[in-house]
Amino acid sequence: MARMKFLCDADRCIECNACVTACKNEHEVPWGINRRRVVTINDGKPGERSVSMACMHCTDAPCAAVCPVDCFYTTADGVVLHSKDLCIGCGYCFYACPFGAPQYPRVGNFGSRGKMDKCTYCAGGPEADGSAAEYAKYGSNRLAEGKLPLCAEMCSTKALLAGDGEIIASIYRERVLKRGYGSGAWGWSTAYKETVKT
Amino acid sequence: MRPLSQIVARLASAVALCISLICVAVPPAGAQQPTSINPTASSVKEEQLLRQLNPTVAGRITIPDGKAAVLIQPAGQDWRSFHQTTQAWIGAITILGMGGVILAFYFVRGRIPIGAGPSGKFILRFNGFERFVHWLTAGCFIVLALTGLNISFGKTLVMPLLGAEAFAFISQMGKFAHNFLAFPFMLGLVFMFLVWVKDNVPNAIDVAWFKAGGGLIGSAHPPAKKFNGGQKLIFWSVILGGAALSVSGVLLLFPFTGTTIADMQLAQMVHAAVSLVLVGIMIAHIYIGSVGMEGAFDAMGSGQVDLNWAKEHHSLWAAEQGAKGGRSAQPAE
Repeated sequence: MARMKFLCDADRCIECNACVTACKNEHEVPWGINRRRVVTINDGKPGERSVSMACMHCTDAPCAAVCPVDCFYTTADGVVLHSKDLCIGCGYCFYACPFGAPQYPRVGNFGSRGKMDKCTYCAGGPEADGSAAEYAKYGSNRLAEGKLPLCAEMCSTKALLAGDGEIIASIYRERVLKRGYGSGAWGWSTAYKETVKT
Repeated sequence: MRPLSQIVARLASAVALCISLICVAVPPAGAQQPTSINPTASSVKEEQLLRQLNPTVAGRITIPDGKAAVLIQPAGQDWRSFHQTTQAWIGAITILGMGGVILAFYFVRGRIPIGAGPSGKFILRFNGFERFVHWLTAGCFIVLALTGLNISFGKTLVMPLLGAEAFAFISQMGKFAHNFLAFPFMLGLVFMFLVWVKDNVPNAIDVAWFKAGGGLIGSAHPPAKKFNGGQKLIFWSVILGGAALSVSGVLLLFPFTGTTIADMQLAQMVHAAVSLVLVGIMIAHIYIGSVGMEGAFDAMGSGQVDLNWAKEHHSLWAAEQGAKGGRSAQPAE
């Protein structure tokens, strides 16, 4: 089985935000929710870098550990998914998540949160693959159709890579070797407790 | 006729002058940078940012959600370890520890009786408003405590019994109850402070009370006014603990309203730690106010306490009430 991961090659990312837009469109993500975002570090300074970030589908995921109702599960492909039927919108996963991935629609009183929403690696949720119920809650299930996440698939500079961890790491390693520089596989040491040695 | 080469040279120098003038008038942004900077070699690296003293990776974001500008916050792992380990230890020590102490106390002392036996005469200890304030706060506290404990430890203790769906449902209802009952609880705290603060100022009588073991150790009944040293301790833990819970709780109720992710984590940690300690204290309070002592519950039940109970536990207060006369000695109902 593959172990699905994301890798953003910050030396290639041009901050076009197409991944963000594609994600929102593909999954009909509601207003105010961004499953993916692009953050620019050291903006305007020499050597600034932009990183596209969503749920990293961590090994030993912190969100799953702290969830009070145990709504998270990891698929055979290493994708971290959750059940919106169980989620109570407590917000704990956001406190624990190193990447700010969980998102909450603002419903009800105070600042209270609705059911958590996050990147599904285009793999839907616990409902039957490709069902209308799954689409309504989690968006499309491209993985079940044999396709990779749309954000990475349509990235114009191929900065955002999605796929089996071993394969995307070797692609990145080869790039760094050829061009002679690389700012690192952002988030990997935190999410997967490993770095891509270059 | 000048030679062509001279004209070309003059033209070239004029063009050069023009270009240099433009450069002076509108210096390009990069003009001050030394040309030796290699933008790829000097690029920001994740490794460096994570090696900082307080590691956070943050930058600029183009969406309105300001907190999304934090790219990586390793502090989430610290919060996870508090939530998974430290919080469980605090809960185990305060709740199980207090439970053990009370059980041991019950086996040693048993139910503390009224030494002289019930007199059958009653005096008013708490009026209707005092009792309303007490039960408003107490009722809210019990629901808040149970729903809070459920969200902290329910996954381990309750979920295996109910199954995931039923447990998620009661947790969802519990979250609503917790959010809404916070407000009457805070109102109760304010009333409680106003009604009882004048009787809860610590003084020399309390020192003597604690020195004499408060009647818990030994069978002596050290003198006390309306509230003894132990009750004052309960009062101030409720007021101060309640204030800490209110501030941290309101911050949690309105997430990221003027707070950062670090503030939210801190608010949750304060809320959890203080509430677990307060639950431990309240277990003792509930025990001594009900099963643990004959005649104690009447104070918050009917509001009328037995005269002999009052003379034993609150001798100075009973004397004061007696001196006032009137309502002190009422026949039993």
